[in-house]
Amino acid sequence: MQSITQRLANPTQFMRLSARLLPWVAALAAAIIAYGLYLAFFVAPPDYLHGEIARIMFIHVPSAWMAMACYALIAVSAFGLLVFRHPLADVSAKAAAPIGAAFTFLALFTGSLWGKPAWGTYWVWDARLTSVLILFFLYLGLIALRSSIEDETLASKLTAILALVGIVMLPIIKFSVDWGNTLHQPSSVLKLGGPTIHSSILTPLLVMGAGFLVLFIAMHLKAMRNEILRRRVKALQLAEVARVQAGQVTAAAE
Amino acid sequence: MDLGPNAPFIWTAYGMVAFVIAGLITWLVLDGREQQRRLADFEARGVKRRAGPEAGATSAEG
Repeated sequence: MQSITQRLANPTQFMRLSARLLPWVAALAAAIIAYGLYLAFFVAPPDYLHGEIARIMFIHVPSAWMAMACYALIAVSAFGLLVFRHPLADVSAKAAAPIGAAFTFLALFTGSLWGKPAWGTYWVWDARLTSVLILFFLYLGLIALRSSIEDETLASKLTAILALVGIVMLPIIKFSVDWGNTLHQPSSVLKLGGPTIHSSILTPLLVMGAGFLVLFIAMHLKAMRNEILRRRVKALQLAEVARVQAGQVTAAAE
Repeated sequence: MDLGPNAPFIWTAYGMVAFVIAGLITWLVLDGREQQRRLADFEARGVKRRAGPEAGATSAEG
């Protein structure tokens, strides 16, 4: 009897299982986000300090959570590739990078739109905003590094090393609001002693967070499936080239 | 729904999230279709992989 990890390590098994799961996960994500949007606009009251503009929080905070969670997944995948040589680790890391970059961009963009009415500026070079911007560039760096090296084995290893080095950004982002002067508010959900947000706002935020998480899982599954198919196509291209070359050698010998 | 004087900021933020996520989903779906089409093309021409480990199983296979 194979364990779930062993079964998922086989790309064919993964393709079979993910094909069955993907429609359900995607539908679940759509349902949770629809419910979260209903809570965000029709149930949650305006914030006592920021008023209606705080409704941006329901997409800004989940985007930031996903930006960091996605990077953590890439780092774990990189570790899995370098240490355990897990067959799907590199597929996972490569598939997650564009999605993580998109969520990081959304965290920066929505935060900027929240900052203008709340702080009077779209941007400040404080520790939190700057560290998230660096995370965004790190994502772009991972994508660029991989695509700039033709040898995919080398590219995957170098990308994995960069991903593991870059994980230092996650604690820096998390604690950046506690270490220095910043306009950004301190952590109010993921903190020791529990959340400090009223439940009328916390509930829609957590629902949207769950929706974004399930959406990310659906997109990552789909991106991994695409990557496995891409590698099969490449293997077939190589096989075809080898067959043609072998035919030419045989013809020349005759 | 009255979101007050900051409504443009709120709608722009939600609009951008919808746009980026819709773009990601569209890209993933189209990319998947393109890979399936190319695989089907190889199969139609009778191209088969050499015996060996599963394609996509290792990074060495590219």
